[in-house]
Amino acid sequence: MPWKAISPIEVYKLLPRTNCKKCGEENCMAFAVRLVNLEVKPEKCTPLVEDPKYRKNYEKLKELLRPMVREIEVRSEKKTVIIGGEYVMFRHEMTYLNPPPIAIDVDDTMDKEELAKRIDIAENFRYEYIGRELTLDLIAVRSVSNDPEQFKKTVRFVSNNSSLPLVLCSLNPDVIKAGLAEVPGGRPLLYAATKDNWREMAELARKHDLPLVVSSPGNLDMLMTLANTLEKYGLSDLALDPGTFVGSKGLSYTLSAFTMLRWRACNEDYRLAGYPLVGTPISVWSSMNGDKQTKAWWEAITAAMLITRYADLLILHSIEGWVLLPLVILRFNIYTDPRKPVAVEPGLRVIGDPDENSPVMVTGNFALTYYIVAGDIEAGKINCYLLVIDTEGLSVESAVPGRKFLPEKVAEVLESSGIAEKVKHRILIIPGKAARLSGDIEDATGWKVMVGPLDSKDIPKFVEEKWRPEVIEELMKE
Amino acid sequence: MSSLEEALRSKLSELLGSKLAEALEKYGELVLEDVEIEVDELELVLHPGAIVPALKPPVEVRPLKLIETKFEKPKMEWTGKVVEVKLGATKSEGGTRDRVHIVGGETVPAFYMFAEPMPHPPVVAMDVFDMKIRLPKAIKVHFEDVMDDPAEWAKRCVEKFGAEMINLHLVSTDPYIKDTPPSEAAKTVEEVLQAVKVPLCVGGSGDPVKDVEVFKKVADVAEGERIVINSLNLDMKLDDIGPHLKDKDCVVIAFTPMDLDKARELNRKLYDYLPKERIMMDTNIAGIGYGIEYGFTVMERARLAALMGDKELQHPIVAGVTNAWAAREAWIKMDPYWGPKEIRGPIWEAITGLVALLAGADYFMMMHPFSIKTLKEIIDYLGKSPFEIEETPPDWVSAKLG
Repeated sequence: MPWKAISPIEVYKLLPRTNCKKCGEENCMAFAVRLVNLEVKPEKCTPLVEDPKYRKNYEKLKELLRPMVREIEVRSEKKTVIIGGEYVMFRHEMTYLNPPPIAIDVDDTMDKEELAKRIDIAENFRYEYIGRELTLDLIAVRSVSNDPEQFKKTVRFVSNNSSLPLVLCSLNPDVIKAGLAEVPGGRPLLYAATKDNWREMAELARKHDLPLVVSSPGNLDMLMTLANTLEKYGLSDLALDPGTFVGSKGLSYTLSAFTMLRWRACNEDYRLAGYPLVGTPISVWSSMNGDKQTKAWWEAITAAMLITRYADLLILHSIEGWVLLPLVILRFNIYTDPRKPVAVEPGLRVIGDPDENSPVMVTGNFALTYYIVAGDIEAGKINCYLLVIDTEGLSVESAVPGRKFLPEKVAEVLESSGIAEKVKHRILIIPGKAARLSGDIEDATGWKVMVGPLDSKDIPKFVEEKWRPEVIEELMKE
Repeated sequence: MSSLEEALRSKLSELLGSKLAEALEKYGELVLEDVEIEVDELELVLHPGAIVPALKPPVEVRPLKLIETKFEKPKMEWTGKVVEVKLGATKSEGGTRDRVHIVGGETVPAFYMFAEPMPHPPVVAMDVFDMKIRLPKAIKVHFEDVMDDPAEWAKRCVEKFGAEMINLHLVSTDPYIKDTPPSEAAKTVEEVLQAVKVPLCVGGSGDPVKDVEVFKKVADVAEGERIVINSLNLDMKLDDIGPHLKDKDCVVIAFTPMDLDKARELNRKLYDYLPKERIMMDTNIAGIGYGIEYGFTVMERARLAALMGDKELQHPIVAGVTNAWAAREAWIKMDPYWGPKEIRGPIWEAITGLVALLAGADYFMMMHPFSIKTLKEIIDYLGKSPFEIEETPPDWVSAKLG
């Protein structure tokens, strides 16, 4: 059965119902609501976890809130990365929760310079998007040498020079074991147990309580066989690698494998498929012909396919910005909660260095709208005041017909921002797409309205042409 | 003393300190209460007769062999089917096209190839405009010399870049641009129909009043060719244009802005004038970073609803992937780390197309030759059987990669 939203009442009954506020909520009911929205974890209720008399309820609650895809943690001393923990197959059924971390690979035959360069990119990749910083998450250390000592040295170098959690990649258990010694205080992900090495790998994972990838490229029966065996072995932090094949003899398999596994996990509650899925677009580099750019291109395509369809972790080889940029943005987009509009706080924003004669513009609080408008104003080097009104996260285009771009809201922000004391004039520039509200906005605010351009990219031109002393004077006279 | 006991004693001595260990030596047995002992370093394999006094380590039976398990394919039932829409008409069908395309016909979600094969591969069409317009440089370089001549532009798309169809956009008819009269716009359509033999899709300017007039004339001159009209929307006088398009054997695209209720409403209205098999729907897609998640989810929901039996949404889906270029990242100059815009643009468009493909789109409107080539390759790859794969899996784990 697919995940069904639980009623907060059902959850509330299992809570201590003491309204102790230790979780930070006003009362247990409020906490229950946040729990069913999956915004908090039950562990935030410390009495529930600590008091033995709640033990049974705690267990029940955990089962009630159990994700369809197991959530596992990979850690370095400084950072924790969550893999899996998903509830639904399709994002509109609720939301996807944990964006698939991206691991960049290094290998143990790379010299220090190359290692340092790749670590630097994995560590310091940043892209500012609608006010968030998009980053990379992990480093995957591969053993090309198959020599435990050499692998150990490389893992040490990476550990010493990076704060990111690691994926240790080798099918040779001795190599993995050697590498493990160099990750003190961390919880790396081990890649991978196969039909040939599963006992040794399972033993390592068990002994050190580490998450382990089960790998069976191209053979889903063996993948389930391994998962089943390792479960019985006592391991529970597993991840599944069905193999990422590419090109004409493989891409179709890859898409089907990820889709089938996720379907069985989410819609049929088949526990063996209910582990995070590992996508390895890096496969492109060893299985495709062509120059570097072609491989990087197809790695980007393969990764984008797996972000859209169900990968919970991606291992990549490309470090080029043009490969990673669309992926981190797409990942952010697909993992945005469709239940909530992406919104910024309403209120006054000061752009540049405005004075008492600077224009005052109005826009909505849909995050993308705001950042584009602000970006265009900045790019045009215009000093102005920007009033962001609460359109409930809708774009101006949808907010106007949807009655969310309300003159009263404009008046509200006008009032609370104290803008009247900052400028001498009484003129608002409203978005071109809100033109038909000009009269109502004038009535609600007592300010004059100038209708701005339809697209914010034309704001600089608009200001240059229209925001002139004579026009302002003329308007104010009316 | 067995080696197990020995190991146990030495471990105990390490854990408990020498005093307790001595006591253990002396008494041979020791009952420990309220003590937790970590024995992770110790391998305990219990067998009958082993003396393990009072310690109760967890007894785990670990499998020694693989437990054979089959992966069963998902069980799913879909009751709806997307209508099949035929685009274009050959000589024998009353037109002059050298091929036709059929889109739609799906009975499972996009590329559930493990359940059903894809009935018809999606169609990738290329955009052509009836006047020189502003285009990102990465696209312009491919068409610069033909941008004054839509017929030549269309030819370039088909002959050089393998366009399966042409989307001719009559943007110059916009009252605020050139206000080209409908009859003149229709001439351009005739020229393009002469120049290329692939099926044609004709778009207006987006002005709901003017478009009705333009589409009428266009339908007149293209009668019999089963062209696609791009697009009808809720702001138009549908009772005026609908019957006309029906008489002239046109296919229409029903456009709504990311709103399934509106999509249903528009389709319902169109059913008064047009058979279902002549309607495709454009639920609107945006590029990566510019609202792709809304477009993706509306499209995916539309398709799933259709397959679950919602008859008003059982239409092939159109994706205006060219919208990807609205993203600044696709065309602005950025710090060199992000790569030249000549590659950022095409990857942006290609991935936007891929996302729409996975949501269920059947008909693609695109611009950059390389993005188009990639999307066609993806469609080809994903259309293959998922059970036939490369025999040796890719070894990325231990390979030295370039």
